[in-house]
Amino acid sequence: MSQVVDAGVAPNLVTGEREGLLAWVASVDHKQVGILYMISSMFFFFVGGIEALVLRIQLAAPGLHIISPETFDQLFTMHGTTMIFLFVMPMLTGMSNYVIPLMIGAHDVAFPRLNAMGFWVQLFGGVILYFSFLAGGAPNAGWFSYTPLAEKAYSSLAGVDYWIVGLACIGVGSLASAINLAVTIICLRVQGLSVRRLPLFAWMTMVNSFLMIGALPLLNASLVILMIDRTFNAHVFDPAGGGSALLWQHFFWSFGHPEVYIMILPAFGIISEVIPVFSGKPIYGYEFVAASTVAIAFLSFTVWAHHMFAVGMSMVGNVAFGISSMTIAVPTGIKIFNWTATLYGGRIRFTTAMMFAVAFLFTFTIGGLSGISFAAFPLDWQLTDTYYLVAHFHYVIFGGSAFGIFAGFYYWFPKFSGRMMSERIGVWNFWLTFIGFNLTFFIQHVLGLAGMPRRVFTYPDLPGWAAMNLISTIGAFVLGFSILLFVWNIFDSLANGAVAGDNPWDAWTLEWATTSPPPPENFDRVPPVHGRRPLWDLAHPDRADEKVARA
Amino acid sequence: MTSLPTFAPVSPQAHALTSLLVGVFVLLLVIFLLVSTLVIFFSVRYRDRPGAPEARQIFGSTTLEVIWTLIPIAILTVLSIFMIAADRVSDPPIADGRKPDLQVIGHQWWWEINYLNSGVVAANEIHIPVGKPILIDLRAADVIHDFWAPQLGRKIDAVPGHPNTLWIEADTPGTYMGECAEFCGAEHAWMRFRVIAQNQPDFDAWQRAQLVVPPTPTAPEARAGARLFIDKTCVNCHAVAGTAANQSVGPDLTHIAGREMLAGEAAPNTPQELFRWLKDPNAIKPDSHMPDFKLSDTEAHQLVAYLEALK
Repeated sequence: MSQVVDAGVAPNLVTGEREGLLAWVASVDHKQVGILYMISSMFFFFVGGIEALVLRIQLAAPGLHIISPETFDQLFTMHGTTMIFLFVMPMLTGMSNYVIPLMIGAHDVAFPRLNAMGFWVQLFGGVILYFSFLAGGAPNAGWFSYTPLAEKAYSSLAGVDYWIVGLACIGVGSLASAINLAVTIICLRVQGLSVRRLPLFAWMTMVNSFLMIGALPLLNASLVILMIDRTFNAHVFDPAGGGSALLWQHFFWSFGHPEVYIMILPAFGIISEVIPVFSGKPIYGYEFVAASTVAIAFLSFTVWAHHMFAVGMSMVGNVAFGISSMTIAVPTGIKIFNWTATLYGGRIRFTTAMMFAVAFLFTFTIGGLSGISFAAFPLDWQLTDTYYLVAHFHYVIFGGSAFGIFAGFYYWFPKFSGRMMSERIGVWNFWLTFIGFNLTFFIQHVLGLAGMPRRVFTYPDLPGWAAMNLISTIGAFVLGFSILLFVWNIFDSLANGAVAGDNPWDAWTLEWATTSPPPPENFDRVPPVHGRRPLWDLAHPDRADEKVARA
Repeated sequence: MTSLPTFAPVSPQAHALTSLLVGVFVLLLVIFLLVSTLVIFFSVRYRDRPGAPEARQIFGSTTLEVIWTLIPIAILTVLSIFMIAADRVSDPPIADGRKPDLQVIGHQWWWEINYLNSGVVAANEIHIPVGKPILIDLRAADVIHDFWAPQLGRKIDAVPGHPNTLWIEADTPGTYMGECAEFCGAEHAWMRFRVIAQNQPDFDAWQRAQLVVPPTPTAPEARAGARLFIDKTCVNCHAVAGTAANQSVGPDLTHIAGREMLAGEAAPNTPQELFRWLKDPNAIKPDSHMPDFKLSDTEAHQLVAYLEALK
């Protein structure tokens, strides 16, 4: 460590004098806020998972009446809303919150108070959403609340109103956090860490933040109009009063498709950190992995109507949105190829984090490829709204986002806690998740091709449907058990895990240059940054990336 | 019924979809095998083991990046052409002046079927002649539904305020499954239908029979049932030709005895199931809009006798 420079100039707002619970509630420290995000997301992951298991029990055999159709509709609405808005988004936000300032050598985030407000407002949204169960019934019009079904005439109870207010709060909170992260990455990078040297997780979080700034206001504006419709009979989305049912779908999906990328881009970032570190190599084609992220972000705003191929659009509309949707496959493919090429010639350490990252290459690729079968819109006319679609997006959101989250969690847990997670439990956790996930969802592709529609509380005993549903239900329980192992591993490792040290994985980015967990001000001194892998350069001064590049 | 209807098309429209589906699946499988083989091979070959060489610090290759950008673009360009070709066959343009054959209206949770040329009204069971493209004018009475008979053609939403059209066709006689594919509320699951494709003479005979007004029942039990049908306010929602009942809130019951299924296919159309349905609709289709009239067993039997006479 011959040469050091001063860290960034963010003010240190950590409220060190408070203790106990208040220290957490009043905290504006990005690490504590990040942990709060992760704890609340894990809680909602658990709740959303229980909801999914109840749905799978009801569907285990044809003609069951374990729960009523009304309850089924509430549970699938809450399952979708919870997993998207209260698990995947805030979990990724929490990881970004914790890791990003460390990764860019900053003392704190740009707007610590805004950041803390973002967390509490989105948690408040989650509480409001779940309060609906006590207030006469949870929302039951789906996480997409298509009109006119979500209008007062067809959903007269308050559930949809709670859904609107809850999501609006979550939208505001997420927006606050996105603004904070974008400004943090742009303004608080340590000296020498140019945008071209930015770690890919930070790159993708930055792009993702702009995506959120673009997309979430669309959601909130649409929610307000729906609220006005329901409260004051404005009939904007109600054809019975001269409105347009399809207008809601255009509004919703113009947010909803970018939302899919909001859930996957940070996971792409995690994979882009984990695979190189455990392969012992730099990421293959850094510039292309970064640039393809920007391409995806732009394209994600041009493809929304592929959710609407079945509504009866003009041929021109179908062809245009079909081609724009296929176009997204190109930058996504570039990422997959580069991650795969990163493995080539490496010295691959199969830690639990790496197993999840490599498994992601299979499961996300399946989800991405099955997406092409919807972009070719005549196929969408057969496949959409069947279980094939359920399989597709679970391969993207579970096989993609959640596998990325698991990889990132196993990777950064030593930094969060100062303890290693148990690799012994981790291996079990990984294989049971991988097997349970594929058992649950792969068969659903076939179920969809067999014609089973989604969002049905029961189904007729048509050839193969009973057996395929039973397999899916068994898989769901294996998956559920694997999540229990994950939680157990967290608690067990917090108490008994081996002490991690600063840099247990021989990783290269700046968060590994400080203690685990880091002190409130993050760094005393930040190592010099002359390339993309500052800690590699420190360890191999003769073969620093900069020198290799020049030679 | 076949186990994989999306792979068992019986019309030119559905055939185009299946061919595209098979082609795309082969393409996707090849790409997946390529990626997964590489990942598995690299994972095994370069796994860290005692004595393994240090990782080679490779930063990338612009040539490879260009290759794996251009090849997918080329593949997707070709796929787009096939996509547009399949669109032309599965959703052919409608010639000027071509009037729809059927009007289908999605209701929570059943399908109203109007034969626009003959005036026949049916529900949930669509009879069509084989070998003829049938043009459907698709509407919704309340919320968004979706008409899908996978072996006969594409799926398309029934959107209130936004009438859609679609072609279906069956080349061979048979019974083909259909269902609502858009979430439409509590009983979305039991908004199924079937398409019964018949040879032209059989279809003509069926259509003629549908136009006959069923005779007033003569058996005492059925006559009592007919009176109950009026008294118990069944008439406020249903229609039976030749009687005062002429509403379309619920299915037209003029020829209900000739149908195979009840309540959006929640139960087979047998006297026992019909009895159960009248006694306690929630036992068969919870949250359906069919009210529970608290009928006595005698009343329910009388109504069943009446409805069973509506052939």
